Amino acid sequence: MYVLIAGGGKVGFYLAQELLQSNHEVLILEQDANRVAAIIEELGENAMHGDGCEATTLDAAGVARADLVAAVTGDDEDNLVVCEIARQRGVPRTIARINNPKNELLFKRRGIETTISATQAVLAQIEQELPTGEMIPLLQMHSGLELVEIKLPETSPVSGRSIREVLLPPESLISLVVDPGGVPRIPSGDTRLNPGDALVVVTRRESSPMLRAALIGSTHGLDT
Amino acid sequence: MNVIIMGCGRLGARIAMLLDEQGHSITVLDTNASAFRRLPEGFRGRVTVGNGMDGPALEKAGIRATDAFFAVTQGDNRNYFASQLAKEVYGVKRVLCRIYDPVREGIFRELGLETFSPTSLGAGIMVDMLLKGSTPKGS
Repeated sequence: MYVLIAGGGKVGFYLAQELLQSNHEVLILEQDANRVAAIIEELGENAMHGDGCEATTLDAAGVARADLVAAVTGDDEDNLVVCEIARQRGVPRTIARINNPKNELLFKRRGIETTISATQAVLAQIEQELPTGEMIPLLQMHSGLELVEIKLPETSPVSGRSIREVLLPPESLISLVVDPGGVPRIPSGDTRLNPGDALVVVTRRESSPMLRAALIGSTHGLDT
Repeated sequence: MNVIIMGCGRLGARIAMLLDEQGHSITVLDTNASAFRRLPEGFRGRVTVGNGMDGPALEKAGIRATDAFFAVTQGDNRNYFASQLAKEVYGVKRVLCRIYDPVREGIFRELGLETFSPTSLGAGIMVDMLLKGSTPKGS
């Protein structure tokens, strides 16, 4: 697979390193010439000096034959533009790093896949400390499925019930139950759910509200 | 007509002035309050400090009730981003966007935005000035 990466910061660098280790062809586009030299030093001739938002740079990098373009700069507007131009040049798949979680909707509307931003990851980390029932997105898969973590509140409609008795939205699965002591279990139908349990659930993105209603119940207007 | 102008540079301020003179209701948005000094004295519109790439700032500027949105900051990518936000997320009917880079301008136009590149237009006008002795309008 030929992967073009716009942005040679930490995210771009480690992404390239991983992809190269799996024998993919990789090219990083980076605006800072010093950074390009440093990347080449470490990863070999897999970086090019240029602005990934310029169509001519993308063309010179062979964007037309890229299987995937990943825009991972620290600026969401630049990432959007890279992905838009790449798609206009016929790239089948584009992924953007989003730095402001609020921008996720726009990228979705434009048909661009997004990765959970660092901000969102930190937010999730903080929210994990909250005792109330919150749904934290952990990972979005391009098949439309996502992995979420839910901490069951005292008022959860499923508290004290076994998993067998819980009515989940279609294509949803409770894949892990972590009790308040931090011990993880792969649940069976007989596993009982208790307040304070953290559940890792696979669900369809569009089923999230139903999942929330099933496991958390009323959210007192607290919506993320 | 309700109009939001993002970016109070020379172009933004001038658009604001022209539309204000014609009686339209203008809101000018800029990240830097000192940019509003470019607005003419007696400007009747509203000014608000904020980033047009940010949903809450756009809402504060009245994006939900606006008829038109101008994206005229110095950054092509910022203008594109804010324009798509206005169009895709807030459903603004007319979104006009300045893009300096003629290549990007062409691509963004294909993607459905009303774009304008002062670079391509300016180059054409200046070549005509030289070769045809024409005088540009509006100067």
